[in-house]
Amino acid sequence: MLALFKLPQSSTMAPNIDNLFNFILWVSIVSFTIIVVGLIVFVLKYHRRRSDPEKTPYIEGHTPLELSICTVLFVLLMGIFAWGWIDYAKIITPAQNAVEINLIGRQWLWELEYSNGRKLTNELVIPKGKPVTLIMSSADVIHSFFVPAFRLKQDVVPGAYTQLNFTATEIGIFPAYCAEYCGTAHSGMIAKVRVVEPEAFEKWQQIWEIEQQLGEDSRGDRPVAPTATTEKPEARGQRIYAEKGCSACHTTTGQPLVGPSFKGLFGKQEELADGKKTTVDENYLRESIMDPQAKLVKGFQPVMPTYKGQLSDEEVNGIVAFIKSLKN
Amino acid sequence: MAHASYLDKKGLWSWLSTVDHKRIGLMYFWTSMGFFAIGGILALLVRLELMFPGQTIIDPNLYNKMFTLHGAIMVFMFIIPIIPAALGNFFLPILIGAKDVAFPRLNLASYYIFVTGAALAVIAILNGGVDTGWTFYTPYSIRSATSVVLTSLGVFIMGFSSILTGLNFIVTVHKLRAPGMTYFSMPLFVWAIYATAIIQVLATPVIGITTLLLVMERVLGIGFFDPKLGGDPVLFQHFFWFYSHPAVYIMILPGMGIVSEVIPVFARKHIFGYKAIAYSSLAIAFISFIVWGHHMFVSSQSPLANFLFSILTMLVAVPTAIKVFNWTATLYKGSIQLATPMLYALAFIFLFTIGGLTGLFLAALSVDVHLHDTYFVVAHFHYVMMGGTVMGLLAGIHYWWPKVFGKMYPEKLGKLAWGFIFLGFNMTFLPQFYLGKMGMPRRYHDYPVEYASLNFVSTVGSWSLGIGFAIMFSYLIWSLYRGKAASANPWNGKTLEWQIPSPPTEHNFEETPVITAGPYEYGVRT
Ligand code: HEC
Ligand SMILES: [Cu+2]
Ligand SMILES: [Cu+2]
Repeated sequence: MLALFKLPQSSTMAPNIDNLFNFILWVSIVSFTIIVVGLIVFVLKYHRRRSDPEKTPYIEGHTPLELSICTVLFVLLMGIFAWGWIDYAKIITPAQNAVEINLIGRQWLWELEYSNGRKLTNELVIPKGKPVTLIMSSADVIHSFFVPAFRLKQDVVPGAYTQLNFTATEIGIFPAYCAEYCGTAHSGMIAKVRVVEPEAFEKWQQIWEIEQQLGEDSRGDRPVAPTATTEKPEARGQRIYAEKGCSACHTTTGQPLVGPSFKGLFGKQEELADGKKTTVDENYLRESIMDPQAKLVKGFQPVMPTYKGQLSDEEVNGIVAFIKSLKN
Repeated sequence: MAHASYLDKKGLWSWLSTVDHKRIGLMYFWTSMGFFAIGGILALLVRLELMFPGQTIIDPNLYNKMFTLHGAIMVFMFIIPIIPAALGNFFLPILIGAKDVAFPRLNLASYYIFVTGAALAVIAILNGGVDTGWTFYTPYSIRSATSVVLTSLGVFIMGFSSILTGLNFIVTVHKLRAPGMTYFSMPLFVWAIYATAIIQVLATPVIGITTLLLVMERVLGIGFFDPKLGGDPVLFQHFFWFYSHPAVYIMILPGMGIVSEVIPVFARKHIFGYKAIAYSSLAIAFISFIVWGHHMFVSSQSPLANFLFSILTMLVAVPTAIKVFNWTATLYKGSIQLATPMLYALAFIFLFTIGGLTGLFLAALSVDVHLHDTYFVVAHFHYVMMGGTVMGLLAGIHYWWPKVFGKMYPEKLGKLAWGFIFLGFNMTFLPQFYLGKMGMPRRYHDYPVEYASLNFVSTVGSWSLGIGFAIMFSYLIWSLYRGKAASANPWNGKTLEWQIPSPPTEHNFEETPVITAGPYEYGVRT
C-alpha cells in the first residue's frame, strides 16, 4: 500500500546535495542510536525492580568526557558547515554562458520570458546540460521557485531581482512548486520544467522565431499572438528608452550626457559619489531606475527622475535586457 | 489534612484579585491549556483536510486561516506562556525557598495583559480570522484582507506580559533565594526559567516593534515593508526572526528544565553534569540571538550573511547535545522508576534528539536550499516544540500535579495516554520528514498524488494523538474531584517543593528554609 515515491536527481547539484544529506543522515542515525541504546539499556538494567533505590552511586559528572564530546562534535559540525557552504557557493555562482530567462511570479502563476521575447506561463523549457540562470522578480507578494528534482529553490521577491542557477542533467518533465506561502492558490502555483536535448531546444526556439517572422503559426492550430506582446525584452527596452525619455540624458554610444552612457555599463565597476564602488548588476540597474538618488554615480548631478510606479516589472526587465545588450 | 491550603479561599473574586504566585500560575495554566485545546482541534482539522489530495473538508481560504490560527495560538498563547508563566510562576519561588515572586502585583498585571492580548486575538478570530501564517510575512500580510491588525495588536500586547513576567523572574532569582541557596545549588528548572527570562526581556521588544510597524503600515500606509510603498519585505523577516528564533528557546529551555528535575528523582541519581547543564542553558540563550538568519537562507539575504548564520547555527548543537548526553548519563547505575512523569521525560529525550539532529540538515546551507519551507521543516519543529517542549510540559504536569492540587492522577490511565501520544506523535510527524525530502512544500492545501500515502498515515497518526490528549484531559479533571489525596512528597524528591504540604499553604513556607544541601543529593557517596 505504501508505494514510496522517490525523487529523481536531475540537476548537477542534486547529487551533491543528496550526498551531504545522506552524510548528515548517517551522523544522525549513529548519534541517535547511541542515545536510544543508552536509554533502553539503562532503563532495563537499572530498573527499580533490579536496582535498590537506596544504593545508587553518587556521581556528579565527568568533565573530561563532556569536553571530549564537545570537541568531537565541534569538528564534525564545522565539517558539515564547510561542506554545505562549498556546495552553496557553487549554487549561487552563475555560469558565464548561461541561458538567461526572466521569471515573474504573481498570484498564482509563473510567467517566463526568453531573450527572444517568447513567453510561457507555468512552463519552462530548458536545454539539458546547459547552464540556465533564472532572473526572477515578483509582481505582488513573495513566492519561492522550487524544483525538487533539482534540489533547488530561491525566493522570488517583489521590488528586487533574485537569481536561480542550475544545469539540468536529465530529459523529462519536472514539477516546480511555490515554496513561499502566498495565499489562496499557493498549492496550485505549479509550473512544469521541461528538459529537452539542446538541439531540440534550439529548434524549438528557431521554429517559433520563424513563425513570428511569418506572422502566422505555420501549423495553423494556435492563435497568433500580436507582435506587441511578443516583442523581445531587449527591443522592448529600446522602445522604452526612447519613449520614456531616457535618451534625453543617456546615450548608447559611450558618450556621457546629463547622465552616464549605457554602453558598456552592465558588469562594470561603478564609482559612486560617496567614494564606494559597486558592480552594475540587475539589482543595481533596477534601483538606479526606481530610486535614482539611492546610489549617485560620481561626477553627475542628482537630477534623474524616479520611475517608480511608471514602469511595470516587464518593462524594467526590458530595460535591463537592453542595457545588457550594450555590454560591448 | 488539617493545613490551610492556598486553594482554600473560594469565590471568583478571590482568584481575580489574587497576588499569590501559585494562583496566578494556575490562572495562566487553565487559560493556556484552553488555547492548547483550541489549537489542537485546529491541528486535527488541518490534518483531516490533508488526509487525501484535493479538497477534503474545507476550501483553501478557510484552510489558510486554520493553519495560521493553529500556529499563532500554539506559539503565542500556549507554548510561550505555559511553562514559564504557569509552572514557572507556581514553582520558581518555591524552588528557591521564597514566599512569592519579587513583584506580586506586577505578576497579576502580567496575567491581565496576557488576557487582554489574547482577547484581541480571539476577537480577530471572530472577526473572520487571519490567513498570513503565524509568521506574518510581508508584503502578504500588508495586503491580506483578513484581521491582521487586530491579531498583531494582540501579539504586541501579549509581548508585554512576557517581558514583565521575565523581569519579575530575573529579580526573584537574584533577590529572593533562601539563605544558603547559592546560584549553583538552585534546581536546574530555576536556571532554565532564568535563562528563558533573559531572552524574554531582551528579544520580545523586537516583536513588539515589528508588529507595531506592521500595524502602522497597514493603517497609515507608511512604507516599511511593502515595496509598493518603498519598503523592504525582507527587512520584516529579519525583524521577525530576530525575536522568533530566540523565542524558540523561550519555548524549549523551560521544557529542558523540567526534564532536568524529573530524571534525578525517578532515577534516584544526582543530575550528571549540573554545571554543564546550567551553563549550556546560558550558552543556548546567548547563541540564540545571533542565528536568526538561518530562517532566510533563500530569502535573498547576502551570501556572507548566510555563511555566518550557518556556522553560528551549527554551534547551537554543542550545548544542546551536552544536555541530551547528561540526561542520559544520569540514568547510569540509577534505580529507574517508569512513572508517568519519567515516561514523558524519556519521550522528551527520544523525540527532542530527533528534532535536534534534523536541525543539522537545515543548518547546512546547500541542504537547506532544498529543504527550506518543505514538510521537513514542519516535522523538524514539531519534534522540537511538541516532542520537546510539550513532552517536557506533560512530564511537569504529571510530576507536580500532586503538589499543585493535592490529588494523585490515575497512574494506569497516565501510561495509557502516554502510549497513544508517543506513538501518535511519531506516526504523525515521522512521515513528514520524508514528504519534505521528496519536495512537498509546507502550507499546502492540496498536494500531488505522489505524496498521498504518507499524508494519509500522518492524518491517522494525528487521531492517536487526539485520543491520547482526550484521555489525559479527562483523567486530570476527574482526579481533581475523585483522585486519591496526595502526600507531601509522593515521589520522594529532594527539592524544596516536596518539603512542604500538598497543596502548599498560602505562604509556601511557615519558616524561611535554610539550604544546606544541593537539590540532587541522591545516592550513596563512596
Ligand atoms: C533628466 C535626465 C535623466 C533622465 C530623463 C534619465 N536619467 Fe538616468 N541618470 C541621470 C543622471 C544624472 C544619472 C547619474 C546620477 C545618478 O546616479 O542618479 C543617471 C543614472 C542612471 C543609471 C545609473 C548609471 C550608472 O552609470 O551607474 C541608470 C541605469 C539610469 N540612469 C537609467 C535610466 C533610465 C532607464 C531612464 C529612462 C527610463 C533614465 N535613466 C532617465 C539622468 C537621467
Ligand atoms: Cu506560494
Ligand atoms: Cu531559528
